[in-house]
Amino acid sequence: MGTERTDVVITGLGAITPVGADVASTWSSLLAGRSGVTKLTDDWAEQLPARIAAWAAADPATLIDRVQARRMDRCEQFALVAAREAWADAGAPEVDPERLGVVVSSGIGGVASTLAGYDALREKGWQRISPYAIPMLMPNGSAGWLSIEFGARAGAHATVSACASGAEAIGYAMEMIRSGRADVVLAGGTEAAILPLNLAAFAAMRALSTRNDEPERASRPFDRGRDGFVLGEGAGMVVVESAEHAARRGARVHAIAAGVGYSADAHHIAQPDPDASGVVLALRRVLADAGLDPEQVAHVNAHATSTPAGDVVECQAIAEALGPSSSGVVVSATKSMTGHLLGGAGAIESVAAILALRERVAPPTINLEDPDDSAGVQIATGPTKLRPRGTAPMAVLNNSFGFGGHNVALAFTAP
Amino acid sequence: MAMTDQEILTGLGEIIDEVAGVPADQVTPEKTFVDDLDIDSLSMVEIAVAAQDKFGVEIPDDQLKDLKTVQDVIDYVRRSGASA
Repeated sequence: MGTERTDVVITGLGAITPVGADVASTWSSLLAGRSGVTKLTDDWAEQLPARIAAWAAADPATLIDRVQARRMDRCEQFALVAAREAWADAGAPEVDPERLGVVVSSGIGGVASTLAGYDALREKGWQRISPYAIPMLMPNGSAGWLSIEFGARAGAHATVSACASGAEAIGYAMEMIRSGRADVVLAGGTEAAILPLNLAAFAAMRALSTRNDEPERASRPFDRGRDGFVLGEGAGMVVVESAEHAARRGARVHAIAAGVGYSADAHHIAQPDPDASGVVLALRRVLADAGLDPEQVAHVNAHATSTPAGDVVECQAIAEALGPSSSGVVVSATKSMTGHLLGGAGAIESVAAILALRERVAPPTINLEDPDDSAGVQIATGPTKLRPRGTAPMAVLNNSFGFGGHNVALAFTAP
Repeated sequence: MAMTDQEILTGLGEIIDEVAGVPADQVTPEKTFVDDLDIDSLSMVEIAVAAQDKFGVEIPDDQLKDLKTVQDVIDYVRRSGASA
């Protein structure tokens, strides 16, 4: 090739999650091991087997203009709130609009709007469907709204890959910058799916925890007593920027966005491959893409959703991909506190991984009382100090996997 | 009892504030929806549906496109026999 690859950095962070309405409160809750899971007291939840969920810490409609809010699905509102925080955190970069991009997706799309439109159709007729129903329900709606909000004209993309969507968005943003399409990209994921249909449908898959009487103890990745995930909602966003652009404007750099690894299981539409070869492939690819020695990896924010099938297999994949170096890695499953934000998960967990790198501390995995022996890697049960291993920059990874067999691993390194 | 122009204007102002965020005191008879009030075609649909609920007057699409000003809507609603 002969040409130097463009270095990419993270200059802004934004989040609205079940444990905090912004990055600072989310991070302090994660370090404190605070769960965002509560009982569902709504009438509609009574007939469901899983009656717990992790609502966002704030109603996004109260944080944005009233008229704009009524034209946006809740998942789009979350994306906007997190994007504004990330943008402000990055110092509201001056950037040529044709060099500014947006990549944001949800896993499910504006399903509340889909359902509201269908109710209106059946009960009142087609004329009563909001004329904004389509842009509210389409999965690329958030990308469109953010491009309008920030005047981003380099491209607005939605990387739909179920629960890997948020991580894939960040990977795609890195590639937009590397390929020269943009200097700055707002990237992340969002979800607002705590609705009867989704809870019933995930329950039909037997995917949800039914620990209804102990909501805060229900999400317990890697624990022998885990019985499914807990549905959460919210959004995470990051500002991804070429290192050169960031340096030119004197931006504070949270981390280097060092690499991305993708793979597909090609195994089952909704079950993990028991030999985890797809996850191993994504991890090997992220190490190669980032040019990392496995020894540099101090921390992995795991996908680990608290389902019986997935968590241990992921640890085995980490051990296989990192080899002997995996013994020094601290793994955290922050879904134990936030629940599973589906398309938002990879984004808020990237935010958590970047903060872990910056602050040199891995957040805890709560509710890990009876660890599943087959895990085979060190899992943080309390805030765990991260120590550099050798002289090379410290690296952290974020894993995200989605129904459909999508695997995405992201690598961030210390600036 | 038939509604007066002022009553229709007041009701329309409430709808436009709710749907498009234009303060009711800016909704005066001579204003055009598109150029003066910056209301797009999707919001006009919402306004028409809300007007149907409020005034009991259906505004078909082929009529809606001819309603350019606030006064046009007031006239249409009055002609169609809105009653409070």
